[in-house]
Amino acid sequence: MRSLINILDFSVEELQELIDTANDIIARPEAYSQVCRGKKLATLFFEPSTRTRLSFEAAMYELGGNVIGFSEANSSSAAKGESVADTAKTISCYADIIAMRHPKEGAPLVAAANASIPVINAGDGGHNHPTQTLADLLTIYREKGRFSDLTVGLCGDLKFGRTVHSLINALSRYENVRFVLISPEELKLPSYVKKDVLRRQGIPYEQTTDLEKAMPDLDILYMTRVQRERFFNEEDYLRLKDSYILTPEKLKNASKDLCIMHPLPRVNEISVAVDDDPRACYFKQVLNGKYMRMALIMKLLKEAGRI
Amino acid sequence: MNIDAIQNGIVLDHITAGRGMKLYDLLGLEKLNCSVAIIKNVNSKKQGKKDIIKIDEEIPINLDVIGYVDPGVIVNIIRDGQLVEKRSIEMPETLTNVIFCRNPRCITSVEQELDHVFKLTDRVNKVYRCLYCETKAP
Repeated sequence: MRSLINILDFSVEELQELIDTANDIIARPEAYSQVCRGKKLATLFFEPSTRTRLSFEAAMYELGGNVIGFSEANSSSAAKGESVADTAKTISCYADIIAMRHPKEGAPLVAAANASIPVINAGDGGHNHPTQTLADLLTIYREKGRFSDLTVGLCGDLKFGRTVHSLINALSRYENVRFVLISPEELKLPSYVKKDVLRRQGIPYEQTTDLEKAMPDLDILYMTRVQRERFFNEEDYLRLKDSYILTPEKLKNASKDLCIMHPLPRVNEISVAVDDDPRACYFKQVLNGKYMRMALIMKLLKEAGRI
Repeated sequence: MNIDAIQNGIVLDHITAGRGMKLYDLLGLEKLNCSVAIIKNVNSKKQGKKDIIKIDEEIPINLDVIGYVDPGVIVNIIRDGQLVEKRSIEMPETLTNVIFCRNPRCITSVEQELDHVFKLTDRVNKVYRCLYCETKAP
């Protein structure tokens, strides 16, 4: 059974296929409005999430399908001690496809190994968040028209930021991509990502703590939030949370074609004054995420022979 | 130093010096009732120094454990005092319940019945990562 647990589960060709489908959905939404009629998406959210869950739900409704599920672990059988494997087997009896978010890393992989329907990883702890990466990729493609020949600045929490790790993995498969890693010392990209992904594939990158200095070279600036829920120690969180705040002043030396992205929600790392800048793409990312989830749901249901 | 030759059993030879005890532990040899000898820092033409483990019984050995700890080890099977089989060991692609993930954020930290599975992700540098959370093996 085909699932999406890690962005690398899909080839570059398959990602392009999803992007093409998403672009077609944007152009002709009515052609897709009944594709999943009579089908059910189960949203199993063991960890709170507003945008990802609602994005999945909106995606399924716009395909003409239905949604069942829960939005926190307390309202599921997990609170009674049920295993992820048993939950996946049970939900397979009710739904056609699962979108799962779980605070523990690897939980969606366990679900996929036990479910008889496709499983989509909607975020597992600080590990992977492949559908956010799908949203990011569609945004880059629609704004830049390409994935190659890009200088991509990643700024903020590069240590725990799962969206950053997934995006690096995804973009590393394209030609002539260069990364600028902008973070405080304590939140630098983990060495295994640098070693296993960047160095092993010979992908150029530089590390800096200075956002403004890096700015002029960037085609894409991907801002991230310092996430309170990833810290064991509140003091560390408070010390690091305001490390980078993007303001119109800091964008003075940026390219006219810069694409400013953020997986959202933001706290204060992008000033609201930036929202009116035509280079701000983070709300487009949200919309693109819904279209890519529609394309993904369709692809997995088709491969499972359910539509 | 004299260690009796074994009649029927297994000799793990060419263990990198210092890894004999780790192999002993991970293979669970302390649970055996038969004689087991760990010989440390034996002079070796090939390795300079090496460890050797002699097991005085032909028990089932988890070759994946040996491949993970020390893929250069040679497993010698002895029957009736004769060497009947000499096996070299490869690094296994997967390790199941040999080593355990210590990442508190990993699903294996809360679901006790899950197998702890590690996959070989870098053969050159001998790197294994947890199947679930991708944490590097200790």
